[in-house]
Order: sequence, then structure tokens, then C-alpha cells
Amino acid sequence: MDVLDLARWQFGITTVYHFLMVPLTIGLSVLVAGMQTAWVRTGDTKYLRMTKFWGKLLLINFAMGVVTGIVQEFQFGMSWSEYSRFVGDVFGAPLAMEGLVAFFVESTFLGLWIFGWDRLSKRVHLACAWAFSLATIASAYFILAANSWMQHPVGVELVDGRPRLTSIWAVLGNNTALTAAPHTVAGCFAVAGAFLVGIGAWHLWRNRGDQPVWRASVKLGGWVGIAAFALLAGTGDLQAKLMFEQQPMKMAAAEALCHTESPAGFSIFAVGDVARPDCENVKSITVPALLSFLAHNDFTTEVRGITELVDEYQAKYGTNYPVDERLGELSGKPIDYVPMLPVTYWGFRLMIGLGALSAMVGMAVLWLTRKGRLPRGRWFPRLALLGIALPFAANSAGWIFTEMGRQPFVVAPNPSGVDGVWLFTARGVSGLAVGEVLTSLIVLTLVYGALAVVEVYLLTRYVRGGVAAVMPEKTDEPGDTLAFAY
Amino acid sequence: MDLAVVWFCVIALLWLGYLFLEGFDFGVGMLLPVLAKDDTERRVMINTIGPVWDGNEVWVIVAIGATFAAFPGWYAALLSGAYLPLLVVLVGLIGRGVAFEYRGKVDADRWRRRWDRVIVTGSWIAALGFGLLIATTVFGLPLDANGNRVGSVFAAVRWETVLGALALAGFALVHGAVFLSLKTDGDIRLRARRLAARIGPYALLPLLGLLVWAQVESGAVWTWVAVGLAVIAATLAFERIDRGREGQAFAALGVVIAASVVALFGALYPNVLPSTLDSEFSLTVAGTASSPYTLGVMSWVALFGTPAVLVYQGWTYWVFRKRVSTAHIPAVHAP
Repeated sequence: MDVLDLARWQFGITTVYHFLMVPLTIGLSVLVAGMQTAWVRTGDTKYLRMTKFWGKLLLINFAMGVVTGIVQEFQFGMSWSEYSRFVGDVFGAPLAMEGLVAFFVESTFLGLWIFGWDRLSKRVHLACAWAFSLATIASAYFILAANSWMQHPVGVELVDGRPRLTSIWAVLGNNTALTAAPHTVAGCFAVAGAFLVGIGAWHLWRNRGDQPVWRASVKLGGWVGIAAFALLAGTGDLQAKLMFEQQPMKMAAAEALCHTESPAGFSIFAVGDVARPDCENVKSITVPALLSFLAHNDFTTEVRGITELVDEYQAKYGTNYPVDERLGELSGKPIDYVPMLPVTYWGFRLMIGLGALSAMVGMAVLWLTRKGRLPRGRWFPRLALLGIALPFAANSAGWIFTEMGRQPFVVAPNPSGVDGVWLFTARGVSGLAVGEVLTSLIVLTLVYGALAVVEVYLLTRYVRGGVAAVMPEKTDEPGDTLAFAY
Repeated sequence: MDLAVVWFCVIALLWLGYLFLEGFDFGVGMLLPVLAKDDTERRVMINTIGPVWDGNEVWVIVAIGATFAAFPGWYAALLSGAYLPLLVVLVGLIGRGVAFEYRGKVDADRWRRRWDRVIVTGSWIAALGFGLLIATTVFGLPLDANGNRVGSVFAAVRWETVLGALALAGFALVHGAVFLSLKTDGDIRLRARRLAARIGPYALLPLLGLLVWAQVESGAVWTWVAVGLAVIAATLAFERIDRGREGQAFAALGVVIAASVVALFGALYPNVLPSTLDSEFSLTVAGTASSPYTLGVMSWVALFGTPAVLVYQGWTYWVFRKRVSTAHIPAVHAP
């Protein structure tokens, strides 16, 4: 493997891993702030107990999100220095803003929230929870604006071969970001919803106390999950329509649509070798004309296929990589404009399928626990707990699809935007020694793997412990003991 | 004034914020096995920074992010050039951050001792590593005309950068000890005070060495003045801590680190990362700066963002202003 492959694997592994922690933090922090609000407004201790229990799981998870986020910020410069130089005038700004405007708020107010139970008034303490949780969403927006610029570069002009920012509002108001942000945040709530449903249902079924807490948690999680899926479907449709314009190859690859069709059908499932861009040996079950509708809101329109798009891309962006020693093996070689089809095709289907399945589990659990009912079989908690994994996996599949579907570009060309603003992934990588990147890939993977074990162990322990484990009974400790200490 | 120069100063300021605030966080972690006699005392120490360390850490995240936005060439060359040292720093930061949150989550001595080791090691690594990184940007890397490192993968590890690593670690020890004397009560407070007075002059020697080395290399009259100021403030800090004036000693150490940052970044200017191969290839403020438009946008964000950060972080320190002592530590409560 060369530096390019290693750096891509490292970015993929660290990013997918980071985005296991992030959605849980974002979704759960808002729900916990909501629970605390309910407690402050009603005085019902059920809501306080919910806040304490889910809040503790949130903290265990947040720590991991923070430390893996630092790696992300350093990684652009470490492994992708050519990319950083190319996009720096545009891409660095939203990252810096994220730190200054959002992440500072998150970290500071979370500290206040954790340690401030006895130091702040109820309302100020609640305000800290909201400051923290809303800042996580602001964080997500800035990062997604940066990512969306790579999907659809806007607000720039080309000066000396590099994009130069001409409008920060165009970057922050990029239509790609405006659809990606609600889609991603909805994905976060799908995760948090399934988390509440799974753990809540398990506790409810165990029946070892605090039943009102678990029942309320299941109900909240179920409805949040369903609402999140509705939002995911709606925003996903908008995103797809944009992508057919902005990155037609990605969408053709999502469908493994080899030839232009009009109208084009939507493939549900395929048997055979989807990796071949000529579609030999592939049998696919399709819904006629649905793809045309998804792309253009019209059942009769044409959707361009991979073969035709390859010709178009070659005409626009060249047939061969330039001869340049920094490109390594790729120097002078023909450019492969077709993303890895099995990854894009199945990634797209897994995202949708697992997302839908997750919402169905939520609905099923809501139905099964309606009006105080509770199934007695073991299958019930198993179903609910298994349901937790679904939205996590759907999120990962979605990101892998959208990032792999953009290849071979790291900054995808904007068909209607500024000419010349695009960058091949192969040109973005740092000129490092193979040993350096291999070392970091191994070290980070091992550290992340070990931490995953620790986090799951701790979460399991605290889930089992229930509310009692996080709410010490009032003892006769002296009055000046801290309400919480590490 | 030129916006690029302003942003060079902003980045120096962000580093100052980071070194001042995480300086004592690192020190507390590094001194954990030295100053605490039992688990309750270890908890006292950790809880002096418990509510604030995460907010303090954001200063470096913003410093690096701002470098990316304002000087992409600097960000790209420094981070890729010092790849392996940075990997070590990242692992240290990961371990330390998780350890603070996780060490008290299981009530078992083995569990706590393991995480304590992670806190101590992570704090040492981070202090040494960031010291090395700052010295690297001051003294440079073997860069070619494109700003890429051409030397060995350990090009960032040299006498002067190792001195930088020791300089920050030494400062963090003293700063952490003085901070602990300011934020704790009882036995541990006296121990911290005594330790600061005893090790202080020696622990700050590497920093003095680093400052002088940087000035000899590329100093100006005013950066020498900053070195002088750092020496005076350090002397004052030792005198104050000796007399038990912890707050004043802490403030004086703030002046030490501020003067040090001025002396180092002042010696660096107008470069941001010199090339040790050929001064023609050195990366400069003007050469790596983003466009005036981008810098302008960032300036507006910083103009409103930074005061807000100072206000709410200041408020956090006010909320948690009380000294922590063993009497304040609640019983362990974990499933």
C-alpha cells in the first residue's frame, strides 16, 4: 500500500469511528436538556431521574467524541497537507469558526453542567444544558458546511490555481449544507431515539424499579426516532435531487446505473457483480421510473448512466493524471471516474434500509408498550437492544457512501460553479514516508479499538446500574461536600 | 496594520491562552504521583481542574484551526513535517481526556490506578510534545521550495526542540504546583507550595535556555526585552510563593509565559516556519497568509467570539472559585 491508500484508510477509520460518538452526543444532549426542562417546569422527580441517568451515559460518550475529534482537526494538516494548502483559504474558516463559536461553548458549559448541580440556580444550570446541546448542533453545521464545500464548491474564484474565498455566506449557505445539516442532525436523533428505546425497553422488561422513568424514556425515544426518520426521508430526497445535479456520477454509482435511461427505474436489490460498470451479469429488481422521479420529480425524465458520464467527465476533467512524481503509481495513468460500485450501491441501500428498519423497531416497541402493556418474552428486550445498532450502522453507511461516491475527487467539481475548482484525492495527500502513515494507522486503530472496549464496558455497567447508580441517596455527609466530583 | 500580521499575533495569543490554562492542567496531571498521598488527595488534585480542563483544551483546537484558516501553508507544513511527534501528542491527549472522565466511573483501586497512570503519562507527553512542536515552528524544519519536509521522519527532534519540550514541561510543573497551592486547602496546599518554591528555579531553566537560544538565532532588541521581563517575573514568582502569596505567584507565572510567547513568536516573525535548508524556502507570514477577504471574515468572528469566550470562561472560574480540600470530596458512588 502507498501513502495515499494508508492515509485514506486512516481518515476513513478515524472518521467513521468519530461519527459513532458524535450523533449520540448531539441527539442525547438535546433530549437530556429537554428532560431537565420538564423537571424544572413540573418538579416531577421522574424527569430528574431521567436527566441524571441519560446524562451520565451522555458524559461517558462525550469524552470519546472530544478526543477523537482532535485527531480529525490535526489530520488534515498531517496526512493531507496538499489538500490543506489547496483549500486552506476556504476550508479552514468554518473549522476555526466551529472551534471559536461552538466548541468553546460546548466544552465550557458541559463542565458547568457536570459540576454545577449545587453551585448554580436551577434555571442557570438548565441554561447550561441548553447552551451545551445547541452548541453541538452549531458545531455540526460548521463541519457540514466545510464538508459540503468539498461536495459542491461555491463562493470562490480561482486565483493562481487555488480557490480563493469570495463569499463566506455562499459557503455557509451552500444548498448542499442546508440539506446535509438537517439530514445529518436527524440521523443523530435517530441514534438517540433508538438508544432510549433499546435501553428503556430492557429496563422496563426487567422490572426492577423506576418503571415510570423507563416508560417515559421509551415513549420519548420511540417518537423521536419516528420523527427523525420522517425528516431523514424528506431531507434525503432533497439531497438526492441536488446530488443528481451536483455529482451525477455519485448518484449513478448509488444505483449502479450503467447506461442512461429514460425513464429510469430505482433498483431495490441486485444479484451479481455490481462492481462492473458495464452491468454485465447483474440482475436487479427495480421499481420502474422511480429513479427519474427521485432525480427530477418527474416519472418520465432521463437519468444519465455511468458510461455516458465517464465520457463527459473525461472531456471536462481530462483522461489521464498529470505526470508528477508526487502522484506515485498514478502519475500519468488514466483517471478512473467510477467510484467503487459495490460500496456506493450497497452503502446507499444499507443507509436507507437500516434507517427504515430502525424506525420500524421504534414503532413496534411503542405499539407493544402502549397503554401500560409490556410483552413478557425475551425476544422483546433483544429486539429493542438490537435496534440501537441500526441507526449507528445506517449513519456510517451514509457517510461511507457519500465520501466514497465522490471519488476520485476530494473536492468534487461543481458543474454549474467556478471552472477549475476541483482536486483529485491523489493530489491532496502529504509527501510522507509510508512508515509514518502506517505507524499512525496502526497506533490509532489500536487505541481506538481499546477505547471502544472501555466505552462499551462502562456504558453497559451504567445501563445495568439504572438510576440508582447515578443518584446517591442523601447521606449524612457534611454540608460542604461537592455534589459531584471526579 | 496588515491583517496577516494581526492574525500572526492572534495565533500567538491563542497559544498563550492554551499554555497558560493547560499549563496548569498538565502540571496537575504530572504532579499527581508526587503531591498526593492517597486516593482522596488524588481526587482533590484532579477536581481542581475537573470543571475547566476541557474548556482549556479548546484553546489549542482553536489555535490549530485558526492556523489552518489564516496560514494554510504553515498549518500544512508544520503538521505534516512533525507527523510522528504529533501522533504521540494526540495519543497522549486522547488518553488524558478519557482518563479524567473515566477514572472515577468504577469503584475499584486497580481501575483508578490504571487511569491515574494514563493521566500522568498523557500529561507529560502533551506538555513535552507541545513544547517540542512550538520549538519546531520557531527553529524550523528541513523544508524544500514547496514547504514539504525533506529530512528524516524525526527531523523535528533536535537539541533545540528537545529543549523546547523540557521548557514547557518544566513550566507546567511549576505552574501546576502554584495553581494547586492556590486551589487546594490543607496539607496538600502546603506541599504544593513547598514543591513550587523548591523546584521552581531549576524547572524554569530549560525555558530560559530556549528563550535565549531563540534570541541568539533570530532575536531583536524588543524580544530580548521580553526575555528580561520573563526572568524578572519568574524571580518575582519564586519570591511570592516563598512568602505564601499564591495568587501573586500565579499571576507572575502568567507574565512569565506571556513574555515567553512574545519572545518566541517575536523571534520567529516574519517567518512562521523557517527552512533549515535554505532561508529562501522559509515559510513567512506574508507568504502563507490566506486572502485578505478570508482574514477579514475571521477577524469579525474573532472580534466578537473571543471576548465572549473570555467572559464565560472567566465566569466558570468564578463559579468554581472555592478551594478544594479532602473534606469536600464525596464518597465514591459508582455501579
